[in-house]
Amino acid sequence: MSKIKAENVNVYYGSKQALFDVSIDIAEKEVTALIGPSGCGKSTFLRCLNRMNDVIDICRVEGSIKMDNLELNSRKLDVVRLRENVGMVFQKPNPFPKTIYENVAYGPTIHGIAQSKEEMDQIVETSLKKAALWNEVKDRLDEIGTGLSGGQQQRLCIARAISVSPEVILMDEPCSALDPIATAQIEELIDDLKKEVTIVIVTHSMSQAARVSQKTGFFHLGKLIEFGPTDKIFKNPDNQQTQDYITGRFG
Amino acid sequence: MNSFKKNLLKKRYNAERRFQWYGKIAIGLALSFLAVFMFQIFSKGYSAFQKTWIVTEVHYDKELLLIDAESPSKDDLENADYYDVAYKAMTSLDPGLPEEEDRQLIQMVSYKYEAEVKDLLLKNPDYLGKIVPIKLTASDDVDQVHKGNYPRDIPEENRRVNDYQLQIYDMLNERGDILSEFNISFFTSPDSREAELAGIASSFMGTVFSILVCLAFSFPIAVLAAIYLEEFAPKNKFTDFIEVNINNLAAVPSIVFGLLGLGVLLAVFNLPRSTPLVGGITLSLMTLPTIIIAARASLKAVPPSIREAALAMGASNMQTTMHHTVPLSMPGTLSGTIIGLAQALGETAPLILIGMVAFVNTIPGTPVDPAASLPVQIYIWSESAERGFVEKVSACIMVLLAFLILMNLAAQIVRHKFEKKWS
Repeated sequence: MSKIKAENVNVYYGSKQALFDVSIDIAEKEVTALIGPSGCGKSTFLRCLNRMNDVIDICRVEGSIKMDNLELNSRKLDVVRLRENVGMVFQKPNPFPKTIYENVAYGPTIHGIAQSKEEMDQIVETSLKKAALWNEVKDRLDEIGTGLSGGQQQRLCIARAISVSPEVILMDEPCSALDPIATAQIEELIDDLKKEVTIVIVTHSMSQAARVSQKTGFFHLGKLIEFGPTDKIFKNPDNQQTQDYITGRFG
Repeated sequence: MNSFKKNLLKKRYNAERRFQWYGKIAIGLALSFLAVFMFQIFSKGYSAFQKTWIVTEVHYDKELLLIDAESPSKDDLENADYYDVAYKAMTSLDPGLPEEEDRQLIQMVSYKYEAEVKDLLLKNPDYLGKIVPIKLTASDDVDQVHKGNYPRDIPEENRRVNDYQLQIYDMLNERGDILSEFNISFFTSPDSREAELAGIASSFMGTVFSILVCLAFSFPIAVLAAIYLEEFAPKNKFTDFIEVNINNLAAVPSIVFGLLGLGVLLAVFNLPRSTPLVGGITLSLMTLPTIIIAARASLKAVPPSIREAALAMGASNMQTTMHHTVPLSMPGTLSGTIIGLAQALGETAPLILIGMVAFVNTIPGTPVDPAASLPVQIYIWSESAERGFVEKVSACIMVLLAFLILMNLAAQIVRHKFEKKWS
């Protein structure tokens, strides 16, 4: 079933066009990987899905992006509500310089999700458990989140993102700053999370895309060159450029 | 390695060594200037923290005091006539002196000696009718002689202390009746025309009130302006124009702000002149751009990843700013504020223009009482001809410097202690 349906999305930074007529169907409760060389527009597309491009003054998005028939690319859309439903994990772990507890509790607090302290404690615990971080931090929830290791910080950011029970989580190269062990932990986590949420992940690592995703989209120079089941993209792509990229001939 | 390469390597090392020497010389020069400056101030000023007293005996004679009552009340003592008693206390130092020459002895103590005689009795009512020793504030001339600041070998007619007075001084000094004690009144007394009585209480309080008023006006306005400009305002020609103007404002000579205070605060709004209220508002015009610039810089220094994290969690712009960006920028903003206030602390010109240069011999209790300020006090005293004020100027500079050092230290501590480390 389709969760997000993008049609003819064009993005401009000032006069420079960054995305050309991207159309893509993202299926519910699946992991969709977006791959492609640097500057190909995959992150730009990802940021269209929770309207993070709004922060950039000169950025203009055209086309239609529908999530469950709700038009995302509309002036009338309440971005605060959208971002409650579409969480995001960034390339560099960016926990707030506050305690681990406060990091996870921030979303539920501003969206009024927990009614009581007990409920909040419960949300923090489940979120950290889902992010496979609970056992490591349960005795030091009042320590500063930025004091954790890189991999732990990234899992804290994932716990923060899932604390408001979003339907979609966007991940922008979540493992590029992590070592192989931390990367493996995050990948395992992604596999668990997809039972409940739709995940869109941008990655530079083709092996990661092959490991975690069900669908893969290949971007090049702002265009979506090929999109399909991961197996097919990696084993038998239709397009010569895709073939060249995944076999490491360019990019 | 061939000789060309060897030479090149040697040159590179030499260049670095030379450069380090230049740096060391520069720092050495700066430090020696500072040392000379400090030595000047301290060598001239330290004696101001000592006060000279002349000890004599006073007879609280009921007849001379014109007290009739058998057991006089406090009011009786308050209303008694101390002129003769005080006069006798001084002239008793040299009973042989003809009456018309008495002034010479009286001049050796401050003109407030009569009040000092009265205060002693009011504090110890049982001294009535007794002969007791009393400490009287020495005149600034005797004070300077005692401190060795006054050359004794110049011709008598060029001296403010004549030969007879020196003779009395020497006699008293030999008897141990000239005392030198820590000068508490320098910190507790307001300004005076007499150097021996002048203190910094009025200007110190004036400075404290001015700085508080300045803080109360400039901090909220500057921080709100900085937050709006940095976090909410659209980036266009108009906001660029505002930014240029703020930077310009920081470079405007302070006297111009003084004129503004004079023309607007005093002339249009009719605020009370010579008061810390007006002084503080005028100074806040000066600190405003400094704080705005510091606050914007520290807002800018908050990594964009924190803003993105908050926005991606669904925080509104306002929540992102108030929950994350502003608290994280506070250490930088606060230390910028303290540095701005420290600048304002040393400002003289604008305060002179709004009348805080007036001679104030009361200690202000509120920001709307007339007051001076420390830098203006330095200016006033440095214009006074009497030798006694020379050391006061240096002492006042020392107090101002101590104030400045404390504030800059506070800025440093705030910056280092509360600044967040980014991972």
